[in-house]
Order: sequence, then structure tokens, then C-alpha cells
Amino acid sequence: MPAEWFNKSFGRIVNGRSGPAKSDVPATAEDELKLIPGNELPSRLDAWWWLVGVVALIIILLMVLKPDPYWYMVLFLRDGILTTIELTLVSFAFTLIVGILGGMSRISKNPFIHFFSTLYVEIFRGIPLLVQLIWWYFAAPAVIQSFGRLINFSAFAEYHANAFLLAVIGLVICYGAYMSEIFRAGIQSIPKGQIEAARSQGMTYLQAMRYVVLPQAIRVVMPPVGNEFIMLIKDTSLVSAVAMADLTRRGREYMSAHFNPIETWTMIALLYLVMTLFFTRVIDYLEKRRHYER
Amino acid sequence: MSNEPIIHIENVHKIFGRIYALRGVSLDVRKGEVVVILGPSGSGKSTLLRCINHLEVYNAGRIVVDGILLKSAQNINAVRREVGMVFQSFNLFPHLTVLKNVTLAQCVVRRRNSEEAEKIALELLTKVGIEEKAGAYPGQLSGGQQQRVAIARALAMNPKIMLFDEPTSALDPEMIKEVLDVMLALAKEGMTMVVVSHEMGFARAAATRCIFMDEGQIIEEAPPEQLFNSPTQERTKLFLSKILQV
Repeated sequence: MPAEWFNKSFGRIVNGRSGPAKSDVPATAEDELKLIPGNELPSRLDAWWWLVGVVALIIILLMVLKPDPYWYMVLFLRDGILTTIELTLVSFAFTLIVGILGGMSRISKNPFIHFFSTLYVEIFRGIPLLVQLIWWYFAAPAVIQSFGRLINFSAFAEYHANAFLLAVIGLVICYGAYMSEIFRAGIQSIPKGQIEAARSQGMTYLQAMRYVVLPQAIRVVMPPVGNEFIMLIKDTSLVSAVAMADLTRRGREYMSAHFNPIETWTMIALLYLVMTLFFTRVIDYLEKRRHYER
Repeated sequence: MSNEPIIHIENVHKIFGRIYALRGVSLDVRKGEVVVILGPSGSGKSTLLRCINHLEVYNAGRIVVDGILLKSAQNINAVRREVGMVFQSFNLFPHLTVLKNVTLAQCVVRRRNSEEAEKIALELLTKVGIEEKAGAYPGQLSGGQQQRVAIARALAMNPKIMLFDEPTSALDPEMIKEVLDVMLALAKEGMTMVVVSHEMGFARAAATRCIFMDEGQIIEEAPPEQLFNSPTQERTKLFLSKILQV
């Protein structure tokens, strides 16, 4: 029986749990409950960490066994990796803030707030991220400079583009639009009775949001927000088009100096993969930790 | 029992889109009274209750609660602090423990420190008989236990008036009694209560007045025995004959 053999050998690794073996006699009723699928206690390290380990191992083996080019390549790419991580974390922090505010604005009864938040989401969701990043880096500084000349304000007229800042602005504004929709859906998924119960005790709308609705909504939006984070790691590669020395950009530089596209882009793909797999596991852990009974 | 009405409802109208939910309802509730509202579904009894603490905004008329006219947005929270509400579907906060459910509004609205709030919460949980579940989450409790927590949560704000919106309709028959017992004890203490419920036993034991509503209007108003035994209106008779058959 190949299927049976597979489950027995790899069940734990692939599914994150093993079927109850005949020798495992549950000692207590509590242990017995844990054997019911879906009823296991969330473990700190779930089984999918093996994949992170395998990809990391491949990278390390390549570096150790073939130092030329891999060891030197990774040394060269090091600052690019740091830039990518830094850009991702900074952008994501601001994206969360924009998302919470945007999500609350989208369900606001104030027509002014509702109109402008909807306009924001519709516009920035509809323009490709690459185009937005290029606009912020090449067009926005020119706009600021001519505006500075117009009002005779030298700080604006002599503005020099700060690549990191403009890349963060571009990423945050685009991802904030998606995040707003995620938070709007999350807030709307909380039953209306929750806010009524809070307000019937004299809480203001914002207090009810902060103490009752948002803590529950955040749990609901964890999976899609985690998904956005993973997408953000990958989409930061687009900033290589606007003078940011991120991992992709450094890879292109390395390749043009050494003419070895296969090795370079394979290593870069592996480096992105190990980052996304690692953060997927972290998100998964956070998601399980926030579990509570409904 | 003073004669000054603590809730004064005067010719209130409420329209939801095309549905005319309340058609000129007037009602006075005095301090210490227990008023039970009954009537077929869609008769506007829940809407009337929700108008009292402004969860629904009425379209015409006047509602004065504890001397405060309910109209502007500013005084809504002032009124809501004095009016506790218990819902049919409990509406406990599932992400907080039972204790936190009861202390949250005390800390946020009444600005009590958490020590004092917890002391009050534990007293109230003892009163409704589930102090041992203080550390549990609402999802781990039975319906009757959840509703008793909801009552404790409302009482924690020291309300002058308690509103009950079909508090036992979502419960299994065996759990109804534990909730009604808590409500009865509350009525005995002299709490002003407005209760939407079809629990005849509770109405007979606790109500000072029963009100029968149909199609957004108050049809009949009488002490419970009189309303149940010798209703004067045809519609009341018809309704009572239906619910008494079951």
C-alpha cells in the first residue's frame, strides 16, 4: 500500500501530525482528546519548519561545497538582503497603520471620510505597483522641485530624491489600499451585536472599536495580512528598478560582473524562498497563538 | 415607589425603510416597576426597547430617560451609562474572559481602577452564581451561564434601569430557569426593569404591569393576572390562546 506507507513514513512531516500508532496508548482522557484530528494543542514548532531547514541547508551546502562562486556571491549580496528585509519591515509597519485607518474609514458613516477612503483604495489598487514606484522616484521629486521654484522655497526647489523613503512611500500607499480592504472585511465580519453590547454600556464608537471589535477583527484578518506580508517581501524586488540596492538589484550587479546567470539567479531565488518560508512559519505561529474559543 | 416616571415615552414613531415599526407608542415606567412587553414577532417590542437606550434612533416623538431627553448624540452615552441591556444572543465579548467581560466597561467608561472593577465583578458573578467561571472564556460556557454573565456585565455599570430583550429565547428549556431566577431576584431588589419576554411564569411572579403590542402599537396594558385571565381586546385573546396552547 504506497499511500499507507507514505503516511506512516512522512505523515508527521507532511501533515504535521502522525496517526495514533498502536503502541501509543493514551495515558489520560486529555491525551486521548489530542489524538482527534484538529484537536491537537498548537505546538511551538510546527512540522513545516523542515522545509525552511531544507532550503537553508541547500544554500549553506552550496556556499560550503562550492565557495566559488556561491560564498563570494552571498558576501556580495549581503547588504542587498539586509536592504530587502529592512524595506519589507518598515513598509509593513506603516502598511498596517494605513490599513487599520483605511479600513475604519471605509465603513465610516461620515460621507466625507467614506468618499476619500474609497477614492484612495480604488485609485491605488488600480495602478501597477511598478508604475507607482517609478512615479514616486522619478516624477514626485520633479513635482516637488518645480513646486519649490514656484513658491520660491529652496528646500523644495533643491530636493534630492531619497530612494529608501520614496520606495517606502510607494509600497505603503499601494499595499495600504489592499490592507484597508482586508481590515474593512475583518471589521465587518464581527457581529453587530458586539458593538451594540459595548455601546449599550456607554462606550463611545472608538472605545468599542478599540476594545471590542478590533481585537477580534485582527484575529480574523491574520491569514490575509500574513499573505500580504509574504507578497510584500517578494514585491520589494520591484524597487530594484528605482535605484534601491536590494537583493534583486545586487544580483543583477553581480551577474553583470561575473557573467554567470544560472548560479546567480538560482541563489537569489533560494534566498527569497528561504525568507518567505521563514516568515510564513512565524506568521503561522502567531496565528495559532491568538486562537481562542468562540 | 415614587410617582415620577423614570422612563417617559411619548407618541414615538419609528420607520425602517418601508416598515412602519412603531406607530405612536406612549408609555411611562415608574421607578421600581417591572414592565413585561409581549406580542407577536414583528410587533415592534424589541424596537421599542432599543429606542430606550438609543440603539435605534426614533423618527418622531419624545423619550425622556431619568430626566434626560434622548435626542442629541452628546447625551446618548450619559443615558446608556444608566441603562443596562441584556440581549437575546448574549453578545459577550468572545476574546475576553468572563471577568474581563464584566470589568471592561467599568474601567473604560466608569474609569474605575482594575482592582476595584474586579472586586465588583466578582461580587456580581457570585450574585448570578458563576464566580467559579471567572477565568473561562464565553465559548466555554453554556447559554444560560453566558446570559447570567451578560446580566452581571450590565449590572456592573450600576444602572438605574435594566432592559431585557428576549433574554431566554435563545436558551434550552432547562437553562431558562437559572436566568429567570436571577431576573426575579433583581426585581425583588427593586430594580426598574423593562422585559420583552413570553415567559408567563416570570410575568406573573415579577411584573407590575404587562403590555401587549401588535403592529407597532400598544393594544392593551394591565397587571399580569388581569391580562392573562381576562383580556379585553380581541387581538390579545387571540395571541394568548396561541401561546397558551403550546
